[in-house]
Amino acid sequence: MTESKPVISCSNVWKLFGKNPEGYLRSIPDDTPYEKIVEDGYIAAVRQVSLEIAEGEMIVIMGLSGSGKSTLIRCFARLLNITRGNIWVDGEDIGRMSENQLIQLRRKKMGMVFQNFGLLPHRTVLNNVAFPLEMRGQGVHERHERAMEMINLVGLGGREDYYPRELSGGQQQRVGIARSLAIEPDIWFLDEPFSALDPLIRREMQDEFLRLQGILNKTIVFITHDFDEALRLADRIAIMKDGAIEQCDTPDQIVLKPATEYVSKFTLEIDKSRVVHVKGMLQATRSDGGSIANFAISGEKTIQELARTLVNEEFEFYPVEDSDGQSLGFLNRQEALEVLIGPNNAG
Amino acid sequence: MLGSSNLSSNELLGLGNKHWAFLFLVITFVLALFKGIFPEGLNRPPEFLVFPFADWINFFFVFLRDDLGLIHVSRAISGGVEWLLDITANLLYGKHRWPRIGPIPWSAIAVTAFVLAYSLGGWKLSLVSGGTFIWIAVMGQWKWAMETLSVIIVATPISVLIGLIFGTLAWRSKIFERILNPILNVAQTMPHFAYMIPVVVFIGVGPKAGAIVTVIFAVPPMIRMTFLGLKSVPPEVIEGGKMAGSTGWQLLRFVRVPSARTEILIGVNQVIMQCLAMVVLASFIGMPGLGQKLLQLLQSLKIGQSVEIGISIVLIAITLDRCTQAWAKRQPIHFPKGTSIFLRHKFFFSWLILFILFLILGKFIPILDEVKRNQALSISSPIEIGVDWLVITLDPLTQWIRWFLITWILIPLRNFYLWVPFTAILALLACIGFRIGGLRSALICTIFFTLIAISGWWDRTMITVYTVTVAVLIAAIIGFPMGVFASFGDRSSKTILLVCDTLQTFPSFIYLIPVVMLFGVNDVAVIGAVVLFAAVPLTRYTIEGLRNVDQQIIEASQMSGATKYQTLFKARLPMAIPTIMVGVNQSVMFSLFMVIIAAFIGTQDLGQEMQRALSFSDVGKGLVLGLIVSFIGLMVDHLIMTWSYSRKKALGIN
Repeated sequence: MTESKPVISCSNVWKLFGKNPEGYLRSIPDDTPYEKIVEDGYIAAVRQVSLEIAEGEMIVIMGLSGSGKSTLIRCFARLLNITRGNIWVDGEDIGRMSENQLIQLRRKKMGMVFQNFGLLPHRTVLNNVAFPLEMRGQGVHERHERAMEMINLVGLGGREDYYPRELSGGQQQRVGIARSLAIEPDIWFLDEPFSALDPLIRREMQDEFLRLQGILNKTIVFITHDFDEALRLADRIAIMKDGAIEQCDTPDQIVLKPATEYVSKFTLEIDKSRVVHVKGMLQATRSDGGSIANFAISGEKTIQELARTLVNEEFEFYPVEDSDGQSLGFLNRQEALEVLIGPNNAG
Repeated sequence: MLGSSNLSSNELLGLGNKHWAFLFLVITFVLALFKGIFPEGLNRPPEFLVFPFADWINFFFVFLRDDLGLIHVSRAISGGVEWLLDITANLLYGKHRWPRIGPIPWSAIAVTAFVLAYSLGGWKLSLVSGGTFIWIAVMGQWKWAMETLSVIIVATPISVLIGLIFGTLAWRSKIFERILNPILNVAQTMPHFAYMIPVVVFIGVGPKAGAIVTVIFAVPPMIRMTFLGLKSVPPEVIEGGKMAGSTGWQLLRFVRVPSARTEILIGVNQVIMQCLAMVVLASFIGMPGLGQKLLQLLQSLKIGQSVEIGISIVLIAITLDRCTQAWAKRQPIHFPKGTSIFLRHKFFFSWLILFILFLILGKFIPILDEVKRNQALSISSPIEIGVDWLVITLDPLTQWIRWFLITWILIPLRNFYLWVPFTAILALLACIGFRIGGLRSALICTIFFTLIAISGWWDRTMITVYTVTVAVLIAAIIGFPMGVFASFGDRSSKTILLVCDTLQTFPSFIYLIPVVMLFGVNDVAVIGAVVLFAAVPLTRYTIEGLRNVDQQIIEASQMSGATKYQTLFKARLPMAIPTIMVGVNQSVMFSLFMVIIAAFIGTQDLGQEMQRALSFSDVGKGLVLGLIVSFIGLMVDHLIMTWSYSRKKALGIN
């Protein structure tokens, strides 16, 4: 995660659906409970969301269906107008943009992948991928060349003349990904891109996605309802419930220190040792005079990867260093073992 | 959306809908049983309540035509249409007009139909399509068929274009949709003849009037399908388009309209079928072609030749329907890399070669150019003989049916309908309305029928209602069991559904041929035609309703040890009833249309008056009568659809 100015930032964003959302929102205090809003006949899809997304960061927004995550991502792209609050993209308030400015923004900076692909059934793979380029008026030759590059990038070379319905679900989503990348966006929105695929394909597409992100390094907002997927991909995870963000933090912190009961329910079934990294459990100094290992361990490793060491090398503390050999702090063996095999309740 | 209407609080003056329904039922009986002691004004609408709507409409139309000068506008439009008609007429059957290159040899047109159908739907379709044109040519009906087709070729694109524009406008503007919707509802329930009268007033008679009335009649379904298509594009496809940075126009042009392709093409299919139905009927306002021939032959009871023409119309209907449906369903397929331009467009090039070939052949082999009258085949005399034999053999049966129907059902029922005081009917409708949909439905029903009462056509309306009632009942007695039995087997369901689909594409006029053949020209023939026409949707929806019951429910009842008939009566029928009622609804609509068309073989109902209005070009009377029919239709539609919807909701279907 790089520390730089935020690409997307939003403050106190609300999105209500109903008869007169603006008027209603003005009439209620900010801390009105969700149930009260439902009772009054409104749907609070997004409540009081404030968030900053840094350049090159991959943030995963997670929640069950109806938690408002898809609405939030549509607010970021202004496919929906928000009821209250501000969203800035590269420092510009998108709520104040004219229709034309918005179209320019989408033509140059944003790409989006949809759950059910959203492909145009009457266009070939090539023309689907070239569609955003066509919209901004690029010539046939140029846009087909660029589209072919994208098609090869997602591994669909040779199928550019197919129509969407002639492809499998996974292949269709590859087309969706290629289309969203065609204009070289800085910001990449993915709305449950792999949810409509079966589990094996989903895994394969996640790997593919990580490979692409390795090459492209874009700012990514990724939506999912699958906690495992979130843990696998995210720099940071934002967990949503009833339109509000319950907790937004790194996977390690979410697992180790769930902010609310709702979040801890999610983490209950998770094998924590596979998620938590050594660097997520650092202690700056050792609090007492326990024994210290005579070797350093890497902060990038997960606790599970360290299992053998933890069991065999019985020191109370291990020094931790980063990939350059810089010392980071210490890992408490007892705490690490608790993550690995659960808290010691027996004694 | 949430918690807006609460059923329990839906009480009027402290009484629930059931109580109101019961109250009105009591009023109905009181008004009917003691009609002698009530004033005559409760029996039939009194004079002072009958408004001269027809005069008002006529006044308005005269104002439009003469004072506003709309006649010049309509003349200009009809001039343009006539120009287009002349082109197709010249090409198809050699009318002496610009561009003066026709007629194209029949064989070249037949081969066009053949290749076109092959490219759309393969061998079977191409045989039907090519065969149709060969049949028409060989039977010596080429010119008439081309007269009919030339109008369809001109009317269809105009209707489609108007429908696309209005459908898009309705989709864009909520207000426009709100205004358009009731107009479309009335337009789609108005009988064909009601359209013809204003056209006669503004345009006159003949082919151009036929073309224009056809366009007007065929537009509503196109508007509906365009609107539906644009609305049902998946939101993600649209968001995908937006995220690609499309402007509003780009989104409509590249995303919305192409994604609505299937619905729009189904609209085109409906337009063509409506055009065909109307073109045939437009013979009443001097439209030449197959329809006019059929009308003349039927009126002079030449059954054999009528059947020949009927077969041609039916074949054209099937060809047009199947081809456009195949077009709507066709999905794009990619060509392998390196496919040559000739292979990519193989249908076009093979058509071009064949077309030119037959153009040349036509020059040297006269019979491929034109089948002369004396060369034409005719199967009318064998048909004549067959029909005579059939009529004589069936005579005891048909005589008995006629006698039985007239003496025991038609006359008593008719007298009963005419005997009931109009106030009793209004009270009964209020009762039904409250029972089915509460106050709203009760108001809709009574307002529609009050308007009919004060229009001055109460008795005629009652005769129409009685004809429709009898026809739908008989249609149900025939169609319902047929549907139930067909639904037991996969093969039989498919076969009967295919037959129903095919029968539904026939122009309504066709149904008159067999009944006139069997019963002659009288009341029973009218009922017969209406029954035939109305039984089709009933059978069809019965099968569809029964077949579409959730498999798990059927399996669950079988595992509970239910027999085939127990499963039918306890599980499948209750689940299928809402769908079957949709069939009943269509059946009523079809009956209303048919009753009016059948008027020319002799009835005393609204249809007969409509015919008179047509022959006197009485716009006011024609429109009033048309609206009455429309109101009956809309009321029945409202009641049945409301009931079916609430029943489906209660059963948790969809």
